Amino acid sequence: MKSEFFQKELARAKEALPGEVVSFIEERCSKSHPESHLIAVLHKVQEKLGYLGKEHMNAVSVLMQIPAAKVTGVASFYHFFNFTPRGKNRISLCLGTACFVKGAGKVLDKLKELLAIDVGQTTQDRLFSIDVARCVGACALAPVMIVNDKVYAEVKPETVAQILGEYGFQSSKVAQITAKTTASKAGK
Amino acid sequence: MKKPMERLRELRRKAEQRLFERKYQARMRITVGSATCENAAGANEVYERLSALLKKHQLKDVVLSRVGCTGKCDMEPVVTIVSKSAIPSKYIHMKPDKVDRVFESHVLGGKPVEELTMRYAAGIHSARQVIAVCGGAHCLKGDAIALEDLFAQEVAKAGLSDHVTITSSACHGLCECGPVAFVYPENILYQKLTPDVVKKIVTQHLTGGRPVAENVWQGERLTNRFFPIFGDVHFFGKQLRVTLRNCGIIDPEDLDEYLAVGGYEAAVKVLTEMAPLDVVNAVTKSGLRGRGGGGFPTGVKWNFALSQKSDEKYIICNADEGDPGAFMDRSTIEGDPHTIVEGMIIGGYAIGSRQGYIYIRAEYPLAIQRLEIAISAARKAGFLGKKIFGTDWDFDIEIRLGAGAFVCGEETALIRSIEGERGMPRPRPPYPAVKGLWGKPTVINNVETFANIPVVILDGPEWFSSLGTEKSKGTKVFALAGKVANTGLVEVPMGTTLREVVYDVGGGIRNGKEFKAVQTGGPAGGCLPASYLDTPVDYESLAAAGSIMGSGGMIVIDEDSCMVDVARFFLDFTQDESCGKCTPCREGTKRMLEILKRITEGKGQEGDIDKLLRLADTVKRTSLCGLGQAAPNPVISTIKHFREEYEAHVREKRCPAGVCAALLCYVVDSVKCIGCGACKRKCPVQCITGKPKEAHVIDTTRCIKCGQCLEACKFDAVIRK
Repeated sequence: MKSEFFQKELARAKEALPGEVVSFIEERCSKSHPESHLIAVLHKVQEKLGYLGKEHMNAVSVLMQIPAAKVTGVASFYHFFNFTPRGKNRISLCLGTACFVKGAGKVLDKLKELLAIDVGQTTQDRLFSIDVARCVGACALAPVMIVNDKVYAEVKPETVAQILGEYGFQSSKVAQITAKTTASKAGK
Repeated sequence: MKKPMERLRELRRKAEQRLFERKYQARMRITVGSATCENAAGANEVYERLSALLKKHQLKDVVLSRVGCTGKCDMEPVVTIVSKSAIPSKYIHMKPDKVDRVFESHVLGGKPVEELTMRYAAGIHSARQVIAVCGGAHCLKGDAIALEDLFAQEVAKAGLSDHVTITSSACHGLCECGPVAFVYPENILYQKLTPDVVKKIVTQHLTGGRPVAENVWQGERLTNRFFPIFGDVHFFGKQLRVTLRNCGIIDPEDLDEYLAVGGYEAAVKVLTEMAPLDVVNAVTKSGLRGRGGGGFPTGVKWNFALSQKSDEKYIICNADEGDPGAFMDRSTIEGDPHTIVEGMIIGGYAIGSRQGYIYIRAEYPLAIQRLEIAISAARKAGFLGKKIFGTDWDFDIEIRLGAGAFVCGEETALIRSIEGERGMPRPRPPYPAVKGLWGKPTVINNVETFANIPVVILDGPEWFSSLGTEKSKGTKVFALAGKVANTGLVEVPMGTTLREVVYDVGGGIRNGKEFKAVQTGGPAGGCLPASYLDTPVDYESLAAAGSIMGSGGMIVIDEDSCMVDVARFFLDFTQDESCGKCTPCREGTKRMLEILKRITEGKGQEGDIDKLLRLADTVKRTSLCGLGQAAPNPVISTIKHFREEYEAHVREKRCPAGVCAALLCYVVDSVKCIGCGACKRKCPVQCITGKPKEAHVIDTTRCIKCGQCLEACKFDAVIRK
């Protein structure tokens, strides 16, 4: 018989995660070596929620009976997991060797300039976030940029704005925000 | 109760029957390439359009299906149309509007649109028949070139020049029967050619329509599926498809198609006719070595695991293809997933393991999906699970996902990751073959290694070991990319030279630029300059040249790339991917990266190059795992072969390739400048001055080197130095 405290924690953990994830955890934990499914569970959480929040990892910890420190430790070891909400449109730029040799670095600079955010960040309006991918294996199309699930081949710095435009990007809007932030910084 | 082999053959007959009813008897078969890269190039839209058109015209005698990719990445999406007694038409760079044209003319009208085909791009404009004379090394020794000429003469004499094209093809792996030639569309392979046989082929076969029976090769080999479809164009150059034998030929999501090409026969043969030790000995005898990079003899590894006594053993397929620029494992899985399953069944039986794992990176959703389909189809057919193929052997496979950690390609780290831990390596020994997953004996092999196993079993270890060099047997798949004309997957016999891969298969450097280096082996490999182009690709030769075979990434670098910057790129990668467990790798790569960064920023100091080499030596010798031990390779090899470029950065503060932004300088050529003011308007920091119609000047102290003036100038008056 588990303690009342444990039952409460368990109920809270189940509430913190989508039902689908909870049943996924239950199914995986019934197999041999249950703890080995931690990475698969984290994948599932990220697939459903877009990121791994602290409360989600704590819930995973309770449900899988793995110390929270270990859950965080494993999650932070792997590049695939991120801990902040991503933008509505996730931009992923490949920086594999082939893309790099063909000028992906310049494309990245242009992206950062246009959206006024750095790699791993999300724009203020939550419309875009930039991530860097390690070779998506489409080297013949280099440089490659992926927005959500759509792959753009042979991207050039000049074509970035046009691609972002398909997802509701307006250059003037960002320019205003940047101008404001620069002005307020100057004011200080 | 039927014997397993009889049962499999019956399953195959049924599969063939189903395929016949569904596909083979159709007037026309259309396949669309659909691997990740093909889909990215627009294969999905092409497929949708074709399927809509078929529905609209209600064509019952035409079938449409998907296949994996052929590896011709620069020509994707590829649509192949196979119809009876015609050479298959391969349409390249397909777009929905081109589909409409092809559909109208070829599918409805029966007239191929020649100018959109691969053959047309190869310079063969129209031909009813094609003779492809093998251009492999063995056949060339048998004077294949003279035979090719003789064919041309005889064809001309017979007045057939307008209808018959003669070309040279890739190695067929039939070296013992060479020289050989393939005749399309009859798909007849002639062996042991002599001038007399050539004359006979032209008079009797091409003119008279009766094949020269005594010289027709009648054998059957797993690797010979590729030629009937793709062999008539020389784009596939000196390739020999062993690993990729079914990629681009069969529908990867259909078990029937795999069965029809001899699928699972090797597994049943092993389970019913061979003892585990026989299997291990066959693999040892074939000379197959690990294709993941290390090159450890597969048979020896299996033997270690077999000799361990344990209640449980595991076999793992390493599909954590992390090297940037390498995608052959992804393509193999996406094009032919059942091969991996079969290779693992054989490996599991050989070492005594009843549970297999495929560790695959999460970045490959399509490959994962196709593996899942393959595994569940194999389970349904009784090829996985309890008492597989009706024998007493149990074997099953589970897929485990990686999560973007390069170090997990290292076997001990991979094991930790499957166990659900941080993927950090541990010292060896004990090797995984002794103590691996959950402390049990474990064998880990790469995707490509497993893909070779059915070939070793069915075509025989003797044949396998006849390919390649003395110490490196078989073929190797390379992902050829970078500044080369034909990018894509190429599979060549071991011992082919880098020059042959880059120039004969790759078509040389794009846009007529100068070749500078070829990078093999990914972040663990090295850059080899032009003087090393005649190095044969095998494990020992590449290592002796200062690079490695690695998993098979091959990036061609031209004069526009800075070698210091390339070294920085790779070190940036390995430094970021270092797991941080051992000090030499964690700290050493970081310090090396700092030095490289300051060199590319023009802050390099005298002695930096030697310091880099010293650090590199320490990191190489003292790191815990392969990641650290190989991390300095790109730095060492670029210093060895391109030291003058490093010195130019350090001493002259100059980047000879014009890449390192901090070392660049933009100036205006006062003769060419007409004073239009285009650069002045573009300059974000207003550092360009000059009156209209007079030469302008860039203030280099304020210039931020963004390069916008260079792009804006229509008169080439802005120069980057």
